[in-house]
Amino acid sequence: MSKQSRLNIPHPSARPGEEPDFSYLALSDAGAVKKPALDASVNDIENLTHELVRVLDDNGKACGEWNPDLDEGQLLEALRLMVLTRQLDERMLLMQRQGKVSFYIQSLGEEAVSIGQGMVFGPKDMMFPSYRNQGLFIQRGTRIVDLMSQCLSNTNDMCKGRQMPIMYHNKQANIFSISGNLATQYPHAVGWAMASAIKGEENIASSWLGDGSTAEADFHYALTFAAVYQAPVILNVVNNQWAISSFQGLAGGERGGFAARGLGFGIPSIRVDGNDLLAVYAVTDWATKRARAGGGPTLIEHVTYRGGPHSTSDDPTRYRPKNEWAAFPLGDPLKRFKQHLIAQGYWSEEKHAELEKEMKAEVISAWKEAITYGSMTDGPQLDVNEMFDDVYEELPDHLIRQREQLAALKESSS
Amino acid sequence: MSKMNMVQAINSAMDIMLEKDPSVIIMGQDAGYFGGVFRCTEGLQKKYGESRVIDAPIAEGGIIGTAIGIGLNGLRPVAEIQFADYIYPGLDQVVSELARIRYRSGGEFFSPVTIRTPCGGGIRGGQTHSQSPEALFTHINGIKTVMPSTPYDAKGLLISAIESNDPIVFFEPKRIYNGPFDGDPNKPSVGWGSHPGGEVPDEYYSIPIGEASLVEEGDDLTIITYGTMVHVSQAAVRKAGVSADIIDVRSLAPLDLATLTKSVEKTGRCLIAHEASRFCGYGAELVATVQEACFWHLQAPIERVTGWDTPYPHAFEWEYFPGQDRVVAGINKVMEPK
Repeated sequence: MSKQSRLNIPHPSARPGEEPDFSYLALSDAGAVKKPALDASVNDIENLTHELVRVLDDNGKACGEWNPDLDEGQLLEALRLMVLTRQLDERMLLMQRQGKVSFYIQSLGEEAVSIGQGMVFGPKDMMFPSYRNQGLFIQRGTRIVDLMSQCLSNTNDMCKGRQMPIMYHNKQANIFSISGNLATQYPHAVGWAMASAIKGEENIASSWLGDGSTAEADFHYALTFAAVYQAPVILNVVNNQWAISSFQGLAGGERGGFAARGLGFGIPSIRVDGNDLLAVYAVTDWATKRARAGGGPTLIEHVTYRGGPHSTSDDPTRYRPKNEWAAFPLGDPLKRFKQHLIAQGYWSEEKHAELEKEMKAEVISAWKEAITYGSMTDGPQLDVNEMFDDVYEELPDHLIRQREQLAALKESSS
Repeated sequence: MSKMNMVQAINSAMDIMLEKDPSVIIMGQDAGYFGGVFRCTEGLQKKYGESRVIDAPIAEGGIIGTAIGIGLNGLRPVAEIQFADYIYPGLDQVVSELARIRYRSGGEFFSPVTIRTPCGGGIRGGQTHSQSPEALFTHINGIKTVMPSTPYDAKGLLISAIESNDPIVFFEPKRIYNGPFDGDPNKPSVGWGSHPGGEVPDEYYSIPIGEASLVEEGDDLTIITYGTMVHVSQAAVRKAGVSADIIDVRSLAPLDLATLTKSVEKTGRCLIAHEASRFCGYGAELVATVQEACFWHLQAPIERVTGWDTPYPHAFEWEYFPGQDRVVAGINKVMEPK
C-alpha cells in the first residue's frame, strides 16, 4: 500500500507486442465445483461467484455434478448451430470487407453462450439480447436470410431499414429489438419478468450485456429491481475481456469479479466457463428452474474471450496482443465442443469438415436469396414513405405533412 | 359529477382505469402504501393490491426501464416520477428506448407506458422541485407530451394517455393541483370548487390527445399557453383590459396546429406564455410554427412571455415566475403596432 492517496489507472496484462498474460483469471478444474440444490440460499453458494463452473476438461471429457447429460441429438444440434453461427459471421465479415454491408459484429469465440443458453429457454420465454447474440436468434429459429436482410436494410428487413446492421429482433421467437445504447435492455428484461410474475405465468426473461456495460447505471437498476421483486429473470454478463479497446479492468473487473456484483444485491450469481457449452447449459438450466419455481433472479458471468474485433470498425491489433486468443486458457468453444463429441464417439474430423461445408453452402445460398430482396445499391428498394410510419401507432398530422414535403421534393427532382 | 381538485381527478382517472382494465399497473416512489407525496395514488394500493400499485425503489431510470419491460409483456404501466426535476436519470430510457421501440422494430414491438410527473414552480421548491422540462420531451419523436390545466382535462387526458398504445409523458403542473392559481402569490389561494374545470364526472370519460382547448374567446389577440400559465393569462387579460382568444395547448406534442392558426388568422396578434425558460423553450417552436402558418395575417411580431434563462431560484421565485405583470407587458407590446 502506498503512503499517500493515489489515482489508479488500470492497465491490461498485455498490450500489442507483449506476451499475452491471463494469470489474472481464476480457474477451477472441470467438475470441481459442486452443484447446489435449487433452493440453496444465496449465502450458501457464495463460492459460485469466484469459482468457475466447468464441465469439459482438457481432453473433452464431461465431468462432475454440473454435467447436463445431453443426448446425442442435442449435442449434434448444438454443434450444428455453433458452426452455422460461425459460418454466418465469417461470410458477413467478408461481405462487409467487400462493401456489401456497412457494418458487422461477429460473435467469434462466444458462440457457446448464445447456443448453450438458447437450448434451455422455452419458446414463451422472452429474450433481451445484446448485439453479440446472433447465435440466440439462430437457435430460436430465425432464418439466416432474415438476419442478412436486416444487415442489408432491404425489402425483407424486419426493421424496415431503420436500424444499422445486426440490430435484429424476432417477434415470433420472442426476441426483443437490439439497441445500440448499452445495457438499456437489462431493466426491460426485469420489467418483463415482473409482469410475468404479476400475471402468475411461469415464463421467464433473460438478458445479456458485456463486462464493459456493467458500469452503466441500467445494470445496477436492473439488479436492484430484480432483487427487490424477485423477478424470474436470468441476467448474463458476457465477460469477453474487452469492450472495444477497454479491458475488463476499466469496468472494475480487476477489483472484484462481475459475478460477485450480484452478491451485494442478494442475487445468486454464478461464474461459468463461457467457452464450455455444457457448463453454460447447466448453469442456465439451474437458474431457469429456480426462477420458474419462484426462486427469483440469477446473475451469470460467462468467462469468455472476444475472438474478433469489437466490430468491423476497429482493429484489435492496435490495443491487444495479436495472439491473445490463442493464449486464452479457456480456448475456443467450438473446438472444445467438437473435441467432446469426438471423445464421445459421436463425431469425427471428417464429419466436421462435411458439416462446415454444408453450413457454408447454406449461408451462401441465404445470401443469394437475401440480395434478391435488394442490396445497398441494387434491386428492390424500400418505400421511402414508410420512413414516417411507426413513429406513433397512427400517423399524426405533422408527419403526414412532412411525408408530403418529401414526396414533393422527390417529384420536383425527378 | 363532483367537485374535484386536480389531485382527486388524477386519482379518479387511475382508479377507473385500474378497475376497468386489469392490465393497468401503477408504480412509483412512495406511490403505493403511502399514496404519493402529492396524494395522487392515495387509496389505490389498498383497493387494488400491492402487485398492481407498486412501491418502487428510488431509481427513475429503473422505474422507466422496468415499466418498458412490463409494457412489453402486455401490461399497461403508469409510472410516477415524483418530480419532473428527478426524471433525468430515466431520460435515456425515454429517448433511446421508449420513444423508438415501435419504430426500430418495424412496428412489431411497443410499450404503452404513461409517465406521470409533477412540474412547475410556485411551491417554493427551488431549482430542484420547480422545473418545467417539457421542451426536452416535445423534441423526442415517438412520445406524446401532455399537460392539463384543469381537473376536468387532467382526468380525461390521463385516461386517454393510459389507453394509448403510444408512450405518453404526462406533466402535472403542481401549483394548480389544489386550485387555479392566477399568478398572484399574495392573494389567498382559491380552490377548484368555484372553477368550471373543477366539475368532474365521477365516471369514465376521455379527452383525445392532440386537441387544444379554446379556453376563452376574444378578438384583440391570441394567447397560446398551457399549464399554470392558462390561469395567469386569463387574469392578465382582465388586467390589460383586452379581449383575447386564450388557447390551452394541452397536448404539446402532437400539436393541434389547426386550432392555433384559425385563431391567429382571426386576431392577427399572438402572444405565447409558458413558465419554462425561454431559449429553445417550447414557445420557440410555437413562434416558428405559427409565423410559418400565419405570417401574412400577423399585425405584430409574436411575443413570448417565459421564465428567465436561469435555474429556478428559491429566494426570487416570484421574480422568476412569469406572473400577470409580465403577461400584461407582453400583451401591451403585441397590441402596440396599429
